[in-house]
Amino acid sequence: MAAKLKAMTGNEAMAEAMRQINPDVVAAYPITPATEVVQIFAGFVADGLVDTEFVAVESEHSAMSACIGAAVAGARAITSTASQGLALMYEMLYIAAGLRLPIILAEVNRSLSGPLNIHCDHSDTMGASYTGWIQLFSENAQEAYDGMFQAVRIAEHPDVLLPAMVTTDGFIISHGMEAMQVIGDAEVKKFIGTYTPKHRLLDTDDPRTVSPALLQDSFFEFKRVESEAMRKAKDVVVAVGQEFGKTFGRAYGLFEPYHLEDAEVAIVVMGSTAGTAKVAIDELRAKGQKVGMLKLRCFRPFPYVELAGALKHLKVLGVMDRSDTFSSFGGPVFNEIRSALYDEPKKPVTLNTIYGLGGRDINVGDIKGFFENLLRVAGSGKTDGLVSYLGVRE
Amino acid sequence: MASLKELSKRQELLSPGHRACVGCGAALAIRQVLLAAQKVPVVASCCTGCLEIFTSIYPFSAWRIPWFHNAFENSAATASGMEAAYRALKRTGKFTKDVRFIAFGGDGGTYDIGLQSLSGAMERGHRMLYVCYNNDAYMNTGIQRSSSTPRGMHTTTSPAGTVIPGKQQNRKDLTEIMVAHNIPYVAQTEPAHWQDLNNKVERALDTDGPTFINIYAPCQLGWGYPPEDTMPLLRLAVETCFWPVYEVVDGKYKVNIKPKEKKPVVEFLKPQARFRHLFAPKNEHILDELQAEIDSRWESLLAKEALSQAGPKT
Repeated sequence: MAAKLKAMTGNEAMAEAMRQINPDVVAAYPITPATEVVQIFAGFVADGLVDTEFVAVESEHSAMSACIGAAVAGARAITSTASQGLALMYEMLYIAAGLRLPIILAEVNRSLSGPLNIHCDHSDTMGASYTGWIQLFSENAQEAYDGMFQAVRIAEHPDVLLPAMVTTDGFIISHGMEAMQVIGDAEVKKFIGTYTPKHRLLDTDDPRTVSPALLQDSFFEFKRVESEAMRKAKDVVVAVGQEFGKTFGRAYGLFEPYHLEDAEVAIVVMGSTAGTAKVAIDELRAKGQKVGMLKLRCFRPFPYVELAGALKHLKVLGVMDRSDTFSSFGGPVFNEIRSALYDEPKKPVTLNTIYGLGGRDINVGDIKGFFENLLRVAGSGKTDGLVSYLGVRE
Repeated sequence: MASLKELSKRQELLSPGHRACVGCGAALAIRQVLLAAQKVPVVASCCTGCLEIFTSIYPFSAWRIPWFHNAFENSAATASGMEAAYRALKRTGKFTKDVRFIAFGGDGGTYDIGLQSLSGAMERGHRMLYVCYNNDAYMNTGIQRSSSTPRGMHTTTSPAGTVIPGKQQNRKDLTEIMVAHNIPYVAQTEPAHWQDLNNKVERALDTDGPTFINIYAPCQLGWGYPPEDTMPLLRLAVETCFWPVYEVVDGKYKVNIKPKEKKPVVEFLKPQARFRHLFAPKNEHILDELQAEIDSRWESLLAKEALSQAGPKT
């Protein structure tokens, strides 16, 4: 199959993926830096390139509410947002997951106010990490584009039936132009298949009551089943990523190791920073340092067994978080990775650094500096504390 | 215009056996709405509240139509998604039947927390009927004030205390706000005039566009009156012009019921515990203020009707 090479920004790539998915309903609201996804898609609707009913709602809360209404009715529904928009959807994110609706969200990672900031960090997406949504991070526009198609398959899988968000990093990916492999419309259509829900609310011959009030005697069972669906989603993420690789030549997994197997010191990163980190690792490797990286793609479900297996051989591990929990105990990725390693009899010293909040630039030198700290700890066995902040004026 | 005999032969789409209080105005209103919604099958969204709770506690349901409860503030946005799905699925041939959409909400879910969602859905022109069952307060959570709560009413968040005698502000006029959306059909009604309610729901569902009906629905618990008096109380609400029954079709006003003799508002207020404190001598000025507000709104409504009938000047 001949893939086409095209120059695209992350937002263009996500909008293009949405055109190719051709969902029944898109309900969305503008917000920086995700606005373009919505407006490019609105252009597709205006030009008759999709069959989609586009609902230009009056808020992100209504965007997710309308997507939920559409999905309950039996439609394939997609939205896109960022930052405050995702935060405004928060209540509805839980409902989308609890009702087991395979809605897709093109999310552009951005900080949360206040104070106001429109640039990249992962606070918004991390804030939604307990809502029951599958969360896939992308290093670049290509991964975001490919991720959108996989998300449809993962979310709609009968063992899963959970909503999924595919994320890019605000401005860094969303507005950065790159050369991309674009898949043909027919191939996309074949890969994603058609969506046939078990039941459509529109079926007036079989009237159903959906989302009634549940009391102490029944609510827990529904949540237990939801939890099980997220557990099963892990295998589906892997299977769909492999199938995507066989079909289009770019395979995906739960995470991507980079010089990890023989590394003594490594970092965990998510999103665009992985690209920068690869350069830093190449430079340190050239000097003989045994350093590596695990790029975490699938944050939800959280693949704790696989992560522990891939990281336990390290001497020192540095988890890089692009958001803070304000719990005083580091970032969210650090907390979960550290917990995943807890039962390993031999495990690395696991440290955390919080970086890049509000779009603060992270460069090769920053990452090399962090590695130097980790290497120092590996040499001396001594740490200055678990949590540090990278690139901030103290 | 359906006769009582004809209505009695229609299917009850809200089943008996639900958990509403005796004399619940909302249950009566919704039952009548569904009696009027039988020409084309309907699908409903419903906001959180009494209606949702008394009809749906799992594993039981009183709904014989497809019904979906999403959250509190988004019945209209939810219905707009359902209607968008319907349009898309019909266009692509994945669904072929005709269906109509009703969004239900109480006054809390409509006048207050759901106002943005309602306004957006109406402006976007989705073909749906939004039904507000209006009982003047947040009854499901225990009688708290809403922006539909009339001046002077005792609620648990605007209590009649020794210093402050109940709610200090006038009601929001949501029906007029909906008229200002320039949608094709807006109406107010109540279930004691069942034929009026039936006509309005049928007309709204026949309208190709967004429509809104505000239905006054007494809550015997929150209003404090004997449950058997729901219907007489509604008639008093209309006869005192406290709750005018009217409609606005394509911008033209029609007052459907004009009391032969407009009764003083105290006749509506007096039987209800929620207004009892207003009859203490020190609070009687609030009764005058309420009467003045009602008179002013009624005169304004009649003036709008007269203007509509006069038509545009040529």
